[in-house]
Amino acid sequence: MELLKPSKAGTYESNDIYIMLFPGQGKTSIELESVVFDTFGSQIKSVIQDVLEEYGIQNVMVKAVDKGALDFTIRARMITAIIRGASNE
Amino acid sequence: MEINGYKKEFELYSYGHGNKKQKKVQTTKKNSSLYKIKKSVSDLLDEINIQDGMTLSFHHHLRNGDYVLNMVIEEIAKRNIKDICLFTSSIFPCHEPLVEHIKKGTVTQIYAAYISGPVANAINNGLLQKPVIMHTHGGRPRIIESGEVTIDVSFIAVPTCDQKGNINGSIGKSACGSLGYAYTDAYYGKHTVVITDNLVDKLDEIHIEGQFIDSIITIDSIGDASKIVSGTTKITQNPIGLKIARLTTEVIKHSGYFRDGFSFQTGAGGTSLAVADYLKALMLQEKIKGSFASGGITGYLVDMHEKGLFEKLYDVQCFDLEAIRSIRENPNHIPISASKYANINDDCIVSDLDFVILGATEIDLDFNVNVTTTSIGEIMGGSGGHSDTAFGAKVTIIVSQLFNARIPVIKDKVICKTTPGETVDVLVTERGIAVNPKRSDLIEKLEKTNLPLMTIEELKNISDQLIGVPQDISFTNDLIGVVEYRDGTVIDFLYKRNENEEK
Repeated sequence: MELLKPSKAGTYESNDIYIMLFPGQGKTSIELESVVFDTFGSQIKSVIQDVLEEYGIQNVMVKAVDKGALDFTIRARMITAIIRGASNE
Repeated sequence: MEINGYKKEFELYSYGHGNKKQKKVQTTKKNSSLYKIKKSVSDLLDEINIQDGMTLSFHHHLRNGDYVLNMVIEEIAKRNIKDICLFTSSIFPCHEPLVEHIKKGTVTQIYAAYISGPVANAINNGLLQKPVIMHTHGGRPRIIESGEVTIDVSFIAVPTCDQKGNINGSIGKSACGSLGYAYTDAYYGKHTVVITDNLVDKLDEIHIEGQFIDSIITIDSIGDASKIVSGTTKITQNPIGLKIARLTTEVIKHSGYFRDGFSFQTGAGGTSLAVADYLKALMLQEKIKGSFASGGITGYLVDMHEKGLFEKLYDVQCFDLEAIRSIRENPNHIPISASKYANINDDCIVSDLDFVILGATEIDLDFNVNVTTTSIGEIMGGSGGHSDTAFGAKVTIIVSQLFNARIPVIKDKVICKTTPGETVDVLVTERGIAVNPKRSDLIEKLEKTNLPLMTIEELKNISDQLIGVPQDISFTNDLIGVVEYRDGTVIDFLYKRNENEEK
């Protein structure tokens, strides 16, 4: 899938994650802020990375503000942001 | 091992501790002077010849609205006094100015049962020169009476005081209700100072007698009334919290200890209050009446008392305005000292408790509980009366969500042991109830119900499957704190976080 525009998904509520995607950055980077950074930071990044790979997304800057979301929530917010960014509407 | 500023000989906690009796130091204080009133804190500091290295005590009944501690330490810092030991009952976010005094070495040691906010952060960052001593509410009077710590000057913030130094906490514009944590300070301080914003000619009801008071200082305001107590404390609206409360009430009902004359304590947290509310309905329905409720008192317990459900309220600390009204009006709402509440050397109330409902930051597979640090090992809290009541109560119930915001409550091992597992009986979460295996009597009774009983290992597996296993937190060898059990043994040590970790 190809991202056509910046997109976002999620909320800043506890147990959720707010995902922002900025395409066309030349390389892929993940910027993560998390209430559980010390204990789950690398796990959250790897879930984000996995979803990007599954959808064949490159050259995107991911900004994520995590409030303690579980893996399935992170995946759902990522997929939603990707689908929103890939649409022209 | 020697710890800077701590007693030379100390024992480590081991199973079976908690009942050891020590000899009390008797106080024979009787100050009947008619000239106790001093002009200002500054005048008083001259008179008592304040010096480097002294130990000063403060209570926390003004909670996050307290002006007195900051004001006194500011005066002391102006005089370039160093190396003060603060013997406080608790420290709150309003005590932020202390951080500067810690950095400058005015304050080098702190004793407290609970610390939150900027001062906790300063200690976590290693700014306090000597390790903080985290005691319990019952341990504090024991430390003073046993002579382990001698208080040079006790500063007691008081909502109302008369010319002789008699004290009442329940009246005045800064009313806070019971002054439970201040009694021992008044009795044992080498010099005891009352700081009040309401000096009256005569008091009808006295909480602490004037014979223990040496000086009285009047100031404009001892605290911010809106932060001294909550207007009202409220039960949780969170459906998960309510489910936990409902399950907890079922555990109480079927435990074998729910009968006429039972006793109960719960905290002021939303879930704990919901337990009180469900328990009220159950007591009315089953026509069961309790003997007493104790601890920090809230409007919910006052309501139960006034409906005749608990004959007495033993109050070490009022949490809301209803509690303050009640302690003024109801003769069986009785203010008690922290010693009477929880001191192992006293005939203490917690020993007569049937049920206590407590929270937890972490609980491990041996039922040890941490309420001292966060789940990443930073001091943010403390025992308060947690380990005292857990020791005393026949049924100690921990209520907690299994996890929240990806922070699990059950760990293989707690980062800090505040309350030993052998004094903890039941963990109630929204997904199941675990009973400490040593309480076969409770297991037997609860197995006859349809409550969702599991082992704590089974509960942990559910949690691990949903949230994953957290990475370990690493620590340096820099000792920042000592966690002292109620009998004075050392139950755990607190170390500085390793800052070299990759962020």
